[in-house]
Amino acid sequence: MSPIPTVGSVYVPSPARVAKVKALTVMEKLFTIELPWGQSLGHQPGQFVEVSLFGIGEAPISISSSPSRSNGVFELCVRKVGDVTGALHGLEEGATIGVRGPMGTGFPVEKFRGKDILFAPGGLGLAPARSLINQVLDERGSFGRVMILYGARNPAELLFKDELEAWRQRSDVEFLVTVDRSDESWTGNVGVITTLFKHVVVNPRNTVAVTIGPPVMYRFVLMELLGKGIPERQIWMSLERRMKCGVGKCGHCQINNLYCCQQGPAFNYAQIKGVEEAI
Amino acid sequence: MSLRMIDKGSMAAFVSNLLQAYEVVGPRAKDSQYAFGRITDYDQLRLDYNTTILPPKKYLLPQEEVLFTFQTEGMSAAPVFDTRPRVIFGVHTCDIHALHLLDAVFATGQRDEHYLERRAATLIVGIECLTPCDEHSFCKSMGTLSASEGFDLHLTDLGDRYAVEVGTPAGEALLARYAANHGAGESEVGLLDKMLSEKWPRFSYRLDFDGNELPALMAVSYKNPIWKELEGRCLACGSCNLVCPTCYCFDVQDRVSMDRKTGERIRVWDSCQLAEFARVGSGENFRKTRAERQRHRFFRKGKYIPDMHGELGCVGCGRCARACLVDITPVGVWNALHKAHTA
Repeated sequence: MSPIPTVGSVYVPSPARVAKVKALTVMEKLFTIELPWGQSLGHQPGQFVEVSLFGIGEAPISISSSPSRSNGVFELCVRKVGDVTGALHGLEEGATIGVRGPMGTGFPVEKFRGKDILFAPGGLGLAPARSLINQVLDERGSFGRVMILYGARNPAELLFKDELEAWRQRSDVEFLVTVDRSDESWTGNVGVITTLFKHVVVNPRNTVAVTIGPPVMYRFVLMELLGKGIPERQIWMSLERRMKCGVGKCGHCQINNLYCCQQGPAFNYAQIKGVEEAI
Repeated sequence: MSLRMIDKGSMAAFVSNLLQAYEVVGPRAKDSQYAFGRITDYDQLRLDYNTTILPPKKYLLPQEEVLFTFQTEGMSAAPVFDTRPRVIFGVHTCDIHALHLLDAVFATGQRDEHYLERRAATLIVGIECLTPCDEHSFCKSMGTLSASEGFDLHLTDLGDRYAVEVGTPAGEALLARYAANHGAGESEVGLLDKMLSEKWPRFSYRLDFDGNELPALMAVSYKNPIWKELEGRCLACGSCNLVCPTCYCFDVQDRVSMDRKTGERIRVWDSCQLAEFARVGSGENFRKTRAERQRHRFFRKGKYIPDMHGELGCVGCGRCARACLVDITPVGVWNALHKAHTA
């Protein structure tokens, strides 16, 4: 499914406008992207787009906004780590970028309805998780409990601070946040994300967990989630790979036999258990 | 599919007729070896070649290919397709099998029109191998010593003439239009059968098991110590990937003009053996060691590709074995894996 039409070639991006740029931290900016002619991206939470800057290159970026809030635009939360993301950070509102997508397999939201949802994003993992979190919150009535356990390295790296505060204040969201290392401004939890799990008691069979973060975090968070008795098929992740082509050809994103850009980036634990290169 | 005959005396005219309408590429002598190159005169065509340094893949998936040209202002782009009519002349059956696999790869899922448009404009004229090319090939073990599809025409040298098997209507038209040919008589059919059955024992099975068992063998070989052993030998030079007829992984790069106003996005061959291949933006590298990267290569050939496309990902051409500076060979690796499960 690719709602942005391609002109004879799956590799040619469509021009899109940077409608808004907002700095979230020193390293991350949130870009609001507008497609031409009021097109909607038509994505699922967990999918990604390929972002092009001609002359610099192309990079896969997960979609951070919820389909329920599309209004003809979508959002990308981009950490400055390389050539393309570095150049993106230098763009101003009104600039034109290239976009291909949405790509990949996202989270099966329909299967999550009626279930309790435990989100456990770490660091930049909140960027893709936010797409699903906001969809769940916008359709709050069709889900059970909503628990969000968020961990960042330090208070300065917390993303979407306004939204974190709004989640904290909602009575229908159980929200906990921790930082690995505190500073003088911080009065909350200190410790890695796994230290938050002792604060929540779940009904494991009716709980879907969505955890997104670096590989080292997965290893420990998975132990917590499995330890709570959540079934393997109900534990969802999103794996980071270097999707160069995004169409299952170039080989860079391959995880053993799986093409992350096709079967993923959203995977449940049963799919990748025993797939050695996954995490 | 019909069988036709071309007298050897008519071959030069066939090729020179083709040159009027097609770019013709085929095996040519290159120092002491052979390489596919542009044919402008029949005498350049060496249908008696043993093997080529690179497979004919380069005419369908070039080492470097422009995907589209762009203007940075306004982000406008125009895709580039190569649709020049081309005949690849003199393709061995191992390479015919490899191209057949690539056709499936680029047509599966989202279609890659850059490959497929070029493929649609290309005709394949195969040639039967009657003697083994050298000690590295193992086509017989991989089921690629003959081909029943994947070519438009397929030649077999019968001495003073070629038997020509017609594989497609396009091949039939090519023959009718450009080559003096005649139908095969009973004695010619008999001669062809004789040549084909006499060639069979000249080739040996070099794997200790049937190539079709590879996916099953690989399934139990992930933890085999051989990958660690290869780590100590592999130089991570990527030569094995570069000469492989079924390797299709690529890198994508932008090339921009001096004033940065225009440019092109290109794809170039890449190698899963290079250290950076599976590194991501955050710095994590998902196949850090040479052991992991060699294992990935052999698993792609023996399991991942067959599981995905129903055809083995290795055609037994032996090019990677010839190119390897430290003698890592598929026959050696696969026989060792097999031995580990039969000892």
